[in-house]
Amino acid sequence: MGVFELADEADNILFVGYAGGRSLFGLRGELASALRNSRATRYRYEVTTAYLTRYQELLMVYVADHGGLPPENDSTGVPTLGRLSPG
Amino acid sequence: MDLKLTQEQEMVIAMVRRFVREEIVPLEMKLDPDADALEPEDRARLVAKVKMMGLYGLDIPVEYGGPDIDMVTRTLIAIEMSQHRAGLYAPCYGVFGGAGLAQLFEANDEQKERYLYPTLRGEKHGFFGLTEPSGGSDPARAIQTKAVEDGDDWILNGSKIFISGADKAEYGLVFARTSEDKGRGGVTCFIVDTDTPGFHVRRIVHTLRSARYATELQFENMRVPAANILGEVNKGFAIANDRLSRQRIPYAAGCIGVAIAAHEMAVEYAKVRETFGAPLASRQAIQWMLVDNEIDIKQARWVTLEAADRAQRGESFRKEAAMCKLVATEAGSRVVDRCIQIHGGYGVTKDFPFERWYREMRIRRIGEGPSEVQRHIIARDILGASLR
Repeated sequence: MGVFELADEADNILFVGYAGGRSLFGLRGELASALRNSRATRYRYEVTTAYLTRYQELLMVYVADHGGLPPENDSTGVPTLGRLSPG
Repeated sequence: MDLKLTQEQEMVIAMVRRFVREEIVPLEMKLDPDADALEPEDRARLVAKVKMMGLYGLDIPVEYGGPDIDMVTRTLIAIEMSQHRAGLYAPCYGVFGGAGLAQLFEANDEQKERYLYPTLRGEKHGFFGLTEPSGGSDPARAIQTKAVEDGDDWILNGSKIFISGADKAEYGLVFARTSEDKGRGGVTCFIVDTDTPGFHVRRIVHTLRSARYATELQFENMRVPAANILGEVNKGFAIANDRLSRQRIPYAAGCIGVAIAAHEMAVEYAKVRETFGAPLASRQAIQWMLVDNEIDIKQARWVTLEAADRAQRGESFRKEAAMCKLVATEAGSRVVDRCIQIHGGYGVTKDFPFERWYREMRIRRIGEGPSEVQRHIIARDILGASLR
């Protein structure tokens, strides 16, 4: 269980995802699946049991910095996000 | 108090129990084990169903369109509504609707138009901003957020922590110190729009409750009109205090519901799981755990219903509310712990709801006033005003 970010060569974040309690092959499986469907060349991950709140936090920080979701995150699959102003 | 439930109460309980078991529990088989929201289409379908049952907006006073259900029956319903995996913090995933912030029922007409009615229609959401980094159990002294009068406005500076839902809310109730030397008499409640310049949600606070986070807020020269004061200047503590007492009854009810659900699972498991050639249920060690569960649940249930009964009759219920919060949260914790023990390794997997209940139940002994504060409230009531 955990969260991950996919990025391009210039470290621009393209996608934020998570592996939850129903992920068949865990974080490795979710990450591998996401990489197959992405133009990303880099990734990072965090193992955490707070995958749902950490996932939302990463997206909220991204939205606060960029004004919208990461380019490969489909808005239909993303929960309603809160507004964060990290300062 | 009559210990026998009325025929109407029995019917309502049976209806809600069937709803939880036939509509909510099956959906959880597909959701993430930590989820606290339904898919939008499922939510819409179930809200419509609850409205047909005549139980939508349970806690809304009848004069505002609520279903006019008494406090004891609402408590019995709350015990039923929490009997599923997400039930402790998201009973029935909110499909029974909410009353929003109860303090707004005491607002003036203009404030009701702007905040209460849109909230009851589901168009606006509010948050309750009391706890600060300096403390939450003693808000009268711990509140350091300051509000200074400036013409027709007040200017707020300070911070709040462990605030739920502030990042998605359109407004919130923020308690601030408006007089330095008056203790609990120097606190005022402001209704704050979250798009006000100077309002910041600075960070997410992760907790054991991994389905939902709390937030930390910061107010920087946030200008709030005097018209947004709820109640009177320097009389905000009573607003906070009343809410804290009332909230303890449904808070306790949720713990009892989860304890019942866990206990029922443990009873069934003990009958079918065999060790050394005999069912677990035949072992005295297991039987005594189940007996202790039964006693814990029954005690918590009656103490909570008594508090609800006193509140319903308009009698003082501060001590009883503290007692039911204390008893139910501690009993619920013990019951869930025993049920995990009975289930062995399965008890700590995400295949079963126990691990979520265990984490979330631990928070219940702290949230809405920790056990020690509840004992303090009860002691003051027993010993009299000399200890205040």
